[in-house]
Amino acid sequence: MPEKQLMKGNEALAEAAIRAGLKGYFGYPITPQSELLEYLSRHLIDRGGEFIQAESEVAAINMVYGAAGCGKRVMTSTSSPGYSLMQEAISYIACGELPCLLVNVVRGGPGLGTIQPSQGDYFQAVKGGGHGDYRLIVLAPNSVQEMADFVFKGFDLADQYRNPVLILADGALGQMMEPVTFPDYNPEDNLVDHSDWATQGKPASRGPNVITTLHLEADKMEAVNLKLQEKYRTIMANEVMIESIQTEDADLVLVAYGLTSRIAHKAVELARNDGLKVGLLRPKTLFPFPSQHLAVLADQVTSMMVVEMSAGQMVEDVRLAVNGKVPVYFQGRMGGVIPQPDELLKRIHQVYSSSSTQVNS
Amino acid sequence: MEGVQCDYLSELDVVWDRSETLTEKPFHYCPGCGHSVMNRLLMEVVQELGIQDKTIGVAPVGCAVFMYHYMDIDMQEAAHGRASAVATGIKRILPDRFVFSYQGDGDLAAIGTAETIHTVNRGENIIMLFINNGIYGMTGGQMAPTTLKGSITSTTSSGREYDRHGYPLDITPLISQLPGASYVTRQSVDTAKAVRKTKKALTKAFQFHMNGGEGVCFLEIVSNCPSGWKMTPIESNEWLQDHVFNHYPLGDIKPFPK
Repeated sequence: MPEKQLMKGNEALAEAAIRAGLKGYFGYPITPQSELLEYLSRHLIDRGGEFIQAESEVAAINMVYGAAGCGKRVMTSTSSPGYSLMQEAISYIACGELPCLLVNVVRGGPGLGTIQPSQGDYFQAVKGGGHGDYRLIVLAPNSVQEMADFVFKGFDLADQYRNPVLILADGALGQMMEPVTFPDYNPEDNLVDHSDWATQGKPASRGPNVITTLHLEADKMEAVNLKLQEKYRTIMANEVMIESIQTEDADLVLVAYGLTSRIAHKAVELARNDGLKVGLLRPKTLFPFPSQHLAVLADQVTSMMVVEMSAGQMVEDVRLAVNGKVPVYFQGRMGGVIPQPDELLKRIHQVYSSSSTQVNS
Repeated sequence: MEGVQCDYLSELDVVWDRSETLTEKPFHYCPGCGHSVMNRLLMEVVQELGIQDKTIGVAPVGCAVFMYHYMDIDMQEAAHGRASAVATGIKRILPDRFVFSYQGDGDLAAIGTAETIHTVNRGENIIMLFINNGIYGMTGGQMAPTTLKGSITSTTSSGREYDRHGYPLDITPLISQLPGASYVTRQSVDTAKAVRKTKKALTKAFQFHMNGGEGVCFLEIVSNCPSGWKMTPIESNEWLQDHVFNHYPLGDIKPFPK
C-alpha cells in the first residue's frame, strides 16, 4: 500500500518527476517555483538524472531542447516572467515535436508583478505563447496530489504524441502542503522508443537523424504545419479530461480550473445549502479544451459562470463553446488576489436570479 | 571526376577523397567562404577518428544554418545564439557521445554571449567552434560584434565608429580566462598551411575528449566573407592577412593541460 506523505506542491511534482524516470532537469530560480529546482538539485543526480541550474530561463529551455532531442525524459520549471522568456524555444520544441515536460507555477502579472498566485497566463499557455501555429498539451492540477499525478500523465502524453506538455499550476498549489500518494509507476513499462528520430549518434544502419524547424520552401513549411494540426485534432478528440460536480440537475454551472475550482466547489456547496441548483465543471486539460462537454451542458442549463484569477481569459473559450446558447458570466480577481467563496456565493445569487428572470420572461 | 574516363587514374594511389561523412548535397556557401573549408574539415576529422556514430553536432542560425544537410551525422539545429546550451543538453543526456557546437560571431558573441560564457564556465565536455568573419552574412551584411573599426557594413554605412558602435568584441581571450576552458585556440583557413593547422587543432580537440579530457575545447576560426565584404575570395583572404589577423592574432591562447 503506497504511503501518504505531507508535501508541498512543488516538491510533490519534483518527486513525481524522478519517479517518472526523469533523466534531465534544467532550470533557473524564480519564486514561487524554486522548491522544485531545489528538490531536484538535492535528489535527481543520486537517482539517475542530470541537473543543471542554468544561467537563465532562455538557456534552460534550450538545454531542454537539446536533451529532449536525444529522446529521454527531460523537463524544466519556472514561473510567469521566466515562462515568457522561454517562449521562443518552446515554439521550436513544438515544431520539432520534442517530447518534454514544462511547468509554469503562475504568479500575478503583468510585468514583474507579484509572487502571489494567479491564472493570468492562460492565454499564453493554451493559445501557443510563442510564434507560429502550435499547441501544448496543458494540464491544470487543483491539488498537491494532482501536481504529482499529472507529471506521470504528462510524460506519457508527451512521449505518445511527441509534443511538449505544460503543467499550468499557480503559486498557491506550488506552496501549499497536502497529503500525497505516489502511484506504483515503473518508467521502464511506459517509455517509448524514440531512436527512430532522436539524435543519439548515427549508426551505419541508418541515415542521419536531424532535428530542425527550418523549412524555407513555403509548401514544405505548410506540410509541417498540416501535420502538427492533424496531431492537435487527434489530441482534441482523445485527451480531454474534466471533473464534473453536481452538474446533472444544475441550472447554473460554474466553470473553473486549478485553484479557483476548489473555491468554486466550496461556493457550489454553499449555494446548494441555499437551495440553488448549482454545479461545477472543471477542465483538467486546458488544451485540449472540453468544448464538447460545455456545448452539451449549454443545452441543459440556464447560465454559466466562469471563475478565474485573471481579467477573464478562459471565459473566452467557454463562450466559444457555448456559442451564445446561454449567458456566460465572469467573476475574477487579479494581481494575486484569491477570490473567496462568499464573494462567489453573492455573485451566484445575483446571476441565478437574473438568469431565472430571463428564462421566465 | 564522375563520368570522365581516366583509365590511368586507376593505377594511382588515392591520396585524397571526399569524406564518407559528408553527404552528396552540394554546399550552398558562397565561393571562397571559409565555412566550406570548416564543414569539410570537421567531417574529415570525424571520419579519420572513426567517431561518426558517436558524434552529434549543433548547427547555428546564420550562414551555417544548413550544415546538417552536408554532414552525415546526427545533428540538431539550435535557436539563434543557443547552440552551446543545446549542446550542453545533449552532452549531459548522452555523456559518451562527442558533441560540438558551431556558431558565427553574431550567434556566439552577440545574442548568445551569456550561453557562450556560461557553457565554458561550467566546463562542459564539448567542442565549441566559433567562425569569426566580422559580419552578419546571412541577413545581408550588418555590423557584427567583431566588426573592425572603419568597416563598412549595411548598418555602418560610413564605417564602424567606436564612440557610436562600441569596440570589436575580442571574446576568445575572455573565454580563455575561464577555468572551464581546457583548450582555446585561434586559427584560420586562408592558406593550405593554415587549413592543416586548423585540422590538427580540431583533431586534438576531439582526441582530448576521446581520451577522457574534461572541459570545453574552444576553437575560433578567423574567417572571411567575400560576399559581405564585397571582395573576391583572394582579396578577402589578403584582407584577412593584412588587416584582420593584426586585431585577432592566430595561435594557441590556452594550450591543452599537461
